[in-house]
Amino acid sequence: MEKFLADFQQTFIDAERWKALISGLGVTLKITFLALILGVVLGVVVAFVRSSHDELEIQHKKNNVLNVLNAICQVYLTIIRGTPVMVQLLIMYFVIMASSTNTTLVATLTFGINSGAYVAEIIRSGIMAVDKGQTEAGRSLGLSYVQTMSHIVIPQAIKNILPALGNEFIALLKETSIVNIIGMKDITKWAMNVQGRTYQAFMPFLGIAAIYLILVLGLTKLVALMERRLNPDVESDKQRNRDKH
Amino acid sequence: MLNQTNSATVISTEDLKVYFKNGKIKALDGVTAEIKKGEVVVVIGPSGSGKSTFLRSLNMLEFPTAGKIIFNGTDLTSEKINIDKRRQKMGMVFQHFNLFPHMTILDNMSLAPVQLKKMDKEEAKKKAMELLTRVGLADRADAYPSQLSGGQKQRVAIVRALEMEPDVMLFDEPTSALDPEMVGEVLDVMKELAKAGMTMVVVTHEMGFAREVADRVLFMADGKLVEEGTPEQIFGNPHSPRLQDFLSKVL
Repeated sequence: MEKFLADFQQTFIDAERWKALISGLGVTLKITFLALILGVVLGVVVAFVRSSHDELEIQHKKNNVLNVLNAICQVYLTIIRGTPVMVQLLIMYFVIMASSTNTTLVATLTFGINSGAYVAEIIRSGIMAVDKGQTEAGRSLGLSYVQTMSHIVIPQAIKNILPALGNEFIALLKETSIVNIIGMKDITKWAMNVQGRTYQAFMPFLGIAAIYLILVLGLTKLVALMERRLNPDVESDKQRNRDKH
Repeated sequence: MLNQTNSATVISTEDLKVYFKNGKIKALDGVTAEIKKGEVVVVIGPSGSGKSTFLRSLNMLEFPTAGKIIFNGTDLTSEKINIDKRRQKMGMVFQHFNLFPHMTILDNMSLAPVQLKKMDKEEAKKKAMELLTRVGLADRADAYPSQLSGGQKQRVAIVRALEMEPDVMLFDEPTSALDPEMVGEVLDVMKELAKAGMTMVVVTHEMGFAREVADRVLFMADGKLVEEGTPEQIFGNPHSPRLQDFLSKVL
């Protein structure tokens, strides 16, 4: 026990290492948050292009602009989902943005662009999972494609999308642990540094594992809360089940 | 019920074709038909005969490969027309009801009229309550679709379409997904609608309904309109062997 406390003291307290840990936590959260926003924006745009393109295809109509955009989206999805994010980060840092020293920007762009590809497919599959009859009912009443999407399809798709999107955010948070390869000082880098200085491995690495776990649990809770908020009829479902029995 | 010679045509199709898979499947292979104002037309035929495709192409849910669909004087297959505007005047009722599960009955009904600026919220609500009263469901206005029985859902689907004040109502096998004891309540609503003079096109397997309510019956097989006539002619004196064969199986 005394050894444990001594290790704890050495890892977190000595040389004000907790200060570096907090700043590392800031880096992890900042990149996750910024990439998340970029990923969602990109994902929504790409999903919208792909869904509209599919919709026109059903109608045997052609729109050249949309065809080109759809092709670009396809290439984007294929490349991003077909290569490791670590390789993407290295290419972004050493090739595409070699002249930039702003590692936050490089990491945000890499993880945002990467996450966007997954978010796009999550949104698209969520939209596709809504029964086709719903779109037909909306259109048969005279609503436009956009009105049908925004009032009928998307509100229902969100229920399919949210759990998968929550998982994607969790994956994103954990993936940021590789940013130290471009020299960023996140919590993983902090643990590596502490281990290098103190020759202690147990305390720093299990420490950050616990921090990641706590962050993930918090995120899970947040998603569950949002799910409940966006499902107003869940309550009445419960009520109904109670009535039945 | 109707004086056919004096009635204006609401919908007509000219040599309508709907092919799938690059022409390998001819769901609809040249159908020319006419629906007059106030008329109740029932479409019958074996499954796969193209009767649902025919109905769905009338409001362009199915896209014709060739031919014309004239609704109130305009060709719906023309690229220039705004199909959403025309669809507002064509109500449609589906086999699987297709109510919006995330909205109350009242919101299901007022969504389209309010969004399309046909009525304001209050007006739409008032009209919805009137219609719901007519089909005996006023007390379920604030319920969600999943809280209703199949028959109730279909009655709501019918009045949801009526709320837009359509010129014609299209029914795509409206009772096929219902438990047998609920078929009657939906057919009763449809009969009432027919009595009130609504123009209706009904795809159904309910031969009793066709006999009792239809002004005209269309028999389809293999994507073609094989025979048409009054219920007396179709059921009493069928000409084509295809129709005779069909009737011997269903009656």
